[in-house]
Amino acid sequence: MRKFKEFIIEKLILLCGLASIFFVALIFLFLLKEGIALFKYVGIGEFLFGKKWYPISEPPQLGILPLILGSIMVTLGAAVISIPIGIACAVYIAEVAPSKFKEALKAGIELLAAIPSVVLGFIGMVTLVPWIKQVFNIPTGLTALSGSIMLAFMAMPTIVSIAEDAFYSVPKTYKEGALALGATHWQTIYKVLIPASSSGILAAVMLGIGRVIGETMAVMMITGNAAVIPKTLMQPVRTLTATIAAEMGEAVVGSEHYFALFAVGIVLFVISFFINVVADLFLHQKKV
Amino acid sequence: MRNSQRSQKIAFSLLFSATLLIVVPVGLIIVLIIQKGIPAIDWQFLTDIPRKGMREGGIFPAIVGTLYLVAGAIVFSLPIGLLAAIYLSEYAKDNALNRIIKLAIVNLAGVPSVVYGLFGLAMFVVFFKFGASILSGSLTLGIMILPIIITASREALESVPYSFREVSLSLGASKWQTIRHIVLPNAIPGILTGTILGIGRAAGETAPILFTVAAFYLPKLPKSIFDQAMALPYHLYVISTQVPNVDEKIRYGTALVLLVLVLFMNLIAIVIRYQFRKRKKW
Repeated sequence: MRKFKEFIIEKLILLCGLASIFFVALIFLFLLKEGIALFKYVGIGEFLFGKKWYPISEPPQLGILPLILGSIMVTLGAAVISIPIGIACAVYIAEVAPSKFKEALKAGIELLAAIPSVVLGFIGMVTLVPWIKQVFNIPTGLTALSGSIMLAFMAMPTIVSIAEDAFYSVPKTYKEGALALGATHWQTIYKVLIPASSSGILAAVMLGIGRVIGETMAVMMITGNAAVIPKTLMQPVRTLTATIAAEMGEAVVGSEHYFALFAVGIVLFVISFFINVVADLFLHQKKV
Repeated sequence: MRNSQRSQKIAFSLLFSATLLIVVPVGLIIVLIIQKGIPAIDWQFLTDIPRKGMREGGIFPAIVGTLYLVAGAIVFSLPIGLLAAIYLSEYAKDNALNRIIKLAIVNLAGVPSVVYGLFGLAMFVVFFKFGASILSGSLTLGIMILPIIITASREALESVPYSFREVSLSLGASKWQTIRHIVLPNAIPGILTGTILGIGRAAGETAPILFTVAAFYLPKLPKSIFDQAMALPYHLYVISTQVPNVDEKIRYGTALVLLVLVLFMNLIAIVIRYQFRKRKKW
């Protein structure tokens, strides 16, 4: 009887162990099931590279190029800001900060990761957006730039914590060797430590970017959501994520618009899948 | 030599300023929300329904809705997540399957939150016909926090020394008995930490509940798991962007309640982790 009970339990454990694979597959299948129907109405090329997103006009125009470019623009902006600052912060915490101070800084970064994105979006609306409007003297502060700044901020915890781990994983002997040869601490950091942990840093950057592309609420609240092909950072843009969040509520189940939003979901899923797989490869690269 | 000392000084002060650029805004944001949110908080704000198109009254239904959603998510994902962690730490061999499972967990953690919302809509709301309901929302949130629970629980289980297992097994206990009576009790603080972090995450997310449960304005409490409900993060979104002329005080107050709820969860997790580290016998 006990044997039987344990047999059941162990099978259950195996089943739950496989649950993550099951759920990833399930998410993809359901996106596909609802999204693929779009291509009865619109060709894939027309969908990905169409320049007009007018989902409720008659007939609807469902080209997501403006949305893709909106996402890319905001993401690039965020990457330019967050990568240098994030890595510098990781270096400071891992190498330079005195150990008491270090724990406080780590707690501060963890705190940032815990703040819900809708709260950051709200704060962005009441502080960052008016500030941008004033500083650059533009008609609205709801711009790609505001989104980039906020997203850069939101990507920091990911970049800092993964890059920091990468520094810790460099063997101590590397550092000792460099110091023993008379290099200063800083020379050791940028000539030895950073090159030795480059694959981890790359993973940190990729996962940070993944976080930025997938971020929804804050971006929707502060980028202005104009579905036009963006020309500068100083104008409103609309990202892939914000489009889904803003429009799904009104899309009729089974309409072209509904299918199109799922197709946008497929695009996002594929991007995040690609980023995570590549980052994982970097993280588990065989150490030489 | 002089030169390299000087460049070190410059470099370190640059690194320090980069760190300040991240940490100082975090502090400012929290101070701002507390400072402007506190005046809104009173008994009525916490226990009354929203009134006059959400421009007055309280946020009680949103608080209750969020609690229901979080409870539902945990009931769903804790058992699955814990068993999955047991599988990974105690049963899995170092083979391709194990690698794929780990990759799946990483991917699950990386799926954008709004895509979870789409998935929940397609599977629970439309396909299973649960409608926009607490059930659909909880299940969606539950799947979203699964990776957090699995990862934290797995680390907790793996940190139990191998010798504990050997002793138990050598005394004639079966593998499951060993896990149940030796490994699990020693891993509970870590599992708890992961669960609480999962709760914090589920309480703060908006995008996954947008189309699966969240009601724009529903001035009564849900009666069953098949009802729609208001939720704090969505309510904050609604009163900051969809409803014009809401008193700033109410917005900050709502943000404060949400922030306190989420940070409180994180604080508990940190305290448990700290206590556990202090008491650790091995």
